Amino acid sequence: MENYIVEMLNITKKFPGIIANDNITLRLKKGEIHALLGENGAGKSTLMSVLFGLYRPEIGEIRKNGEIVKINNPNDANDLGIGMVHQHFKLVDIFTVLENIILGVEPNTMGFIQKKDARKKVVELSEKYGLRVDPDNLIENITVGMQQRVEILKMLYRDNEILIFDEPTAVLTPQEIKELLQIMKGFAEEGKSILFITHKLNEIMEVADRCTVLRKGKYIGTVDIKDSSKEELSRMMVGRDISFTVQKEKREPGEVVLSVRNLTVQSKNNKNNAVKNVSFDVRAGEIVCLAGIDGNGQTEFVHALTGLQKSTSGNINLMGNDITNASIRQRSINGMSHIPEDRHKHGLVLDYKLEENLVLQRYWEPEFQKGGFIKFDSVRKYSEGLIDKFDIRSGQGPITIARSMSGGNQQKAIIAREIDKKHELLVAVQPTRGLDVGAIEYVHKQLVQRRDEGKAVFLVSLELDEVMNVSDRILVIYEGEIVGELDPKKITVQELGLYMSGAKRDNIKENNNGE
Amino acid sequence: MANNNDITHSKKYNIKNITKSSAFSSFTAALMAIFLGMIFGFIIMLIAAPEKAVAGFRFVLLGGLKRIGDVFYFATPIIMTGLSVGFAFKMGLFNIGASGQYTMGMFFALYVGFMMDLPSGIHWIVAILAGILGGMIWGFIPGVFKALLNVNEVITSIMFNYIGMYLVDMMIQTNETMYISTMARTKYLPQSVQIPSLGIQGSNVNLGIIFAILIGIGLYMVLQKTTFGYELKATGYNKFAAEYAGMRVKTNIIITMVIAGGLAGLGGALAILAPSAIAGSSMTYEPINRIAAAGFNGIAVALLGSSHPIGIIFASIFISHIQRGGTLASLVGYKPEIIDVVIAVIIYFSAFAMIMNAGLARLLMKLVKHDDKVPNNTKGAE
Ligand SMILES: Nc1ncnc2c1ncn2[C@@H]1O[C@H](COP(=O)(O)OP(=O)(O)OP(=O)(O)O)[C@@H](O)[C@H]1O
Ligand SMILES: [Mg+2]
Repeated sequence: MENYIVEMLNITKKFPGIIANDNITLRLKKGEIHALLGENGAGKSTLMSVLFGLYRPEIGEIRKNGEIVKINNPNDANDLGIGMVHQHFKLVDIFTVLENIILGVEPNTMGFIQKKDARKKVVELSEKYGLRVDPDNLIENITVGMQQRVEILKMLYRDNEILIFDEPTAVLTPQEIKELLQIMKGFAEEGKSILFITHKLNEIMEVADRCTVLRKGKYIGTVDIKDSSKEELSRMMVGRDISFTVQKEKREPGEVVLSVRNLTVQSKNNKNNAVKNVSFDVRAGEIVCLAGIDGNGQTEFVHALTGLQKSTSGNINLMGNDITNASIRQRSINGMSHIPEDRHKHGLVLDYKLEENLVLQRYWEPEFQKGGFIKFDSVRKYSEGLIDKFDIRSGQGPITIARSMSGGNQQKAIIAREIDKKHELLVAVQPTRGLDVGAIEYVHKQLVQRRDEGKAVFLVSLELDEVMNVSDRILVIYEGEIVGELDPKKITVQELGLYMSGAKRDNIKENNNGE
Repeated sequence: MANNNDITHSKKYNIKNITKSSAFSSFTAALMAIFLGMIFGFIIMLIAAPEKAVAGFRFVLLGGLKRIGDVFYFATPIIMTGLSVGFAFKMGLFNIGASGQYTMGMFFALYVGFMMDLPSGIHWIVAILAGILGGMIWGFIPGVFKALLNVNEVITSIMFNYIGMYLVDMMIQTNETMYISTMARTKYLPQSVQIPSLGIQGSNVNLGIIFAILIGIGLYMVLQKTTFGYELKATGYNKFAAEYAGMRVKTNIIITMVIAGGLAGLGGALAILAPSAIAGSSMTYEPINRIAAAGFNGIAVALLGSSHPIGIIFASIFISHIQRGGTLASLVGYKPEIIDVVIAVIIYFSAFAMIMNAGLARLLMKLVKHDDKVPNNTKGAE
């Protein structure tokens, strides 16, 4: 008989209107990396939250080293050596890195916090595992990547030996992902046991020993990765074959839809310019992708383009209208749709129902209001249509509170809303972040379909595969400047990488030296 | 095959949701908070005078029933300040300035009452409208500071409570038409500016309570049914998303503060323009340099009513009921000061319990099995 460090046996967890986990069994071996795979809403986060003591299952038991244990809250989990990095981090923004790490387990003498010892331990851990953090910086000032390292250090600081990672790679850059996977391997070699949720099959193939697949709350099976393939995994997960390449016909672009001239935007964090003198056009019927390593001005550029931030100088023209200083509503009326980068900050009102979120951009249109009164019937009908069409899964349909939805389905709701709204230009920032392979396939198809309908699509993505597969034209941004305009059919991923890292650059037509 | 989606698309979610709705749980939470407040009130009475405690507490609990007219009369201004605080709170603004707006409303109403000579059919109406205007101005200023300069509304509101109060006291004391310095109060208002009474014997209850309730219902409709309410709540929940959705967040902040101010100002007007049960007299204002308590009671009822307009109406009536009953407890020999303390304990402890409720509920939840709710603090619970 195998030796399992953790066994979750016949776990059932219900939420209003849905059985999130239906008789699921998962066994974790000591020292293995065990992947958990499943579509958006399959119940992965729920299962992990049960193990971490955030939810109590109606049925089922948990064993550690063969003994039945009761995990009623995260403290119990911690006492059993179980730690978790959540899909959406749970850090206190206005506390420092160090304070966040020791939160709840502050070493103290007679109630006075002894930060010195804590700091020593944190620095040691951070050096040992290559988890670079800046102990005294505030969480709100550090990158997502570093925030995640803080979450990992939190687990290590508590001497956890069973580590749960809920979609840790969804928010990371390719470089950071490489590092993280390396670190995870290191943990496993040391004998720590890891549960790893991800939608990226490549990552599973690379690091996992075994993989458990869930579908719509049910257990499908557990496979050894060395005897399996991407195709098999995705078939287990969605019940059909998935195509990993995007089908699209060649198409001649039409009229200019978006034209940006000499746009300069100040950085959010300091007085420097994050976007410098950027000029380009996007035409009807083409997908233009802004590629680059995270933090090279993409966020600021998109914010200036969509009106969330003011630009310093330059011009933005949409469908022949100068929208440089237009309000967000005006841009929307002029034909801009925007799938935002940060779905919790901008994309959703988490405490609103799903249906209320689905009309967030359109509640004021005559279709949904009359004389200032919202037409709830129309809202309901419209939402049910979108939920059907985009397969948005949740416990209670249109009246589900957005906060309770799975991360991927929250994203699907935003995509549905923005794609369905009348638009000429679709600004899509990391639209497939956190989506399962089936949903990604669907979203890519949707983007191509917009293009074929003669809409302009402006895609911002950190995923090289996505950049190469979906776009018709690639603009590379490096330190706020466009350093290359490339044809995805004519270049290799390696070449693209050179541009993105600043090792190579072209002189672009309108590029009249920024400084 | 799994059938999650079949469930998703069926219509049966409505029924099941009634007991799980937030309004329902707020209601039970409020009852629990009140219950705790009562216990503490009773403990204070026990400490003050053990032998009279039961009889005294009985008055506190039931005395109000004998003075139902007064209960409604005294509830009126609290409803208005409560609505003011609750409404602003829906947008994420803490209108601690309801007191100042209330005082301003009172002054504007008094001014129209004394200084303008209007036919009796419309005099009181104009005075009420003036009161609303006064409150609106006092809400507008913190609103502008918040929207345009990002100055925290709590700070400006507190300042404007003091500025409003001293300003009004000064203007009343220096106005000979309004003020009798020997009595240190305003003169009696002319009959024409007093709000028509509802005719309950020996009480001041008047049309004001009807207005207050209607306005509460109206606000409820605005919040639930209109695009303005939708924007307001969206901004309160997540102002970044509201901005992203093209809502005019800044304008809405100002409008919300103006409305909140108007509501509190109306409270002031309704309080001062009430008809007196004694013929030939009226309500009076005493410029004694004190911030009006109505504003703070408004915060308490807004908390107790979970910022829900209908909840606020009931919470105000409850508090007024306790206050009226409390005054009767002196019949069994309690000093008025003790009674004030007891009432304050009940009101504020209830409100406090409501704040703690989230934590309390979580605690209870842990004891009960089958907990289905997302704990409030684990956002996203992912
Ligand atoms: N706190 C909650 N209240 C109500 N329903 C919930 C809650 N948490 C999850 N659900 C529902 O349970 C189902 C499973 O959600 P879960 O978050 O476990 O999915 P997931 O597999 O992690 O998906 P994703 O890949 O999108 O993150 C979803 O339909 C979701 O709507
Ligand atoms: Mg999840």
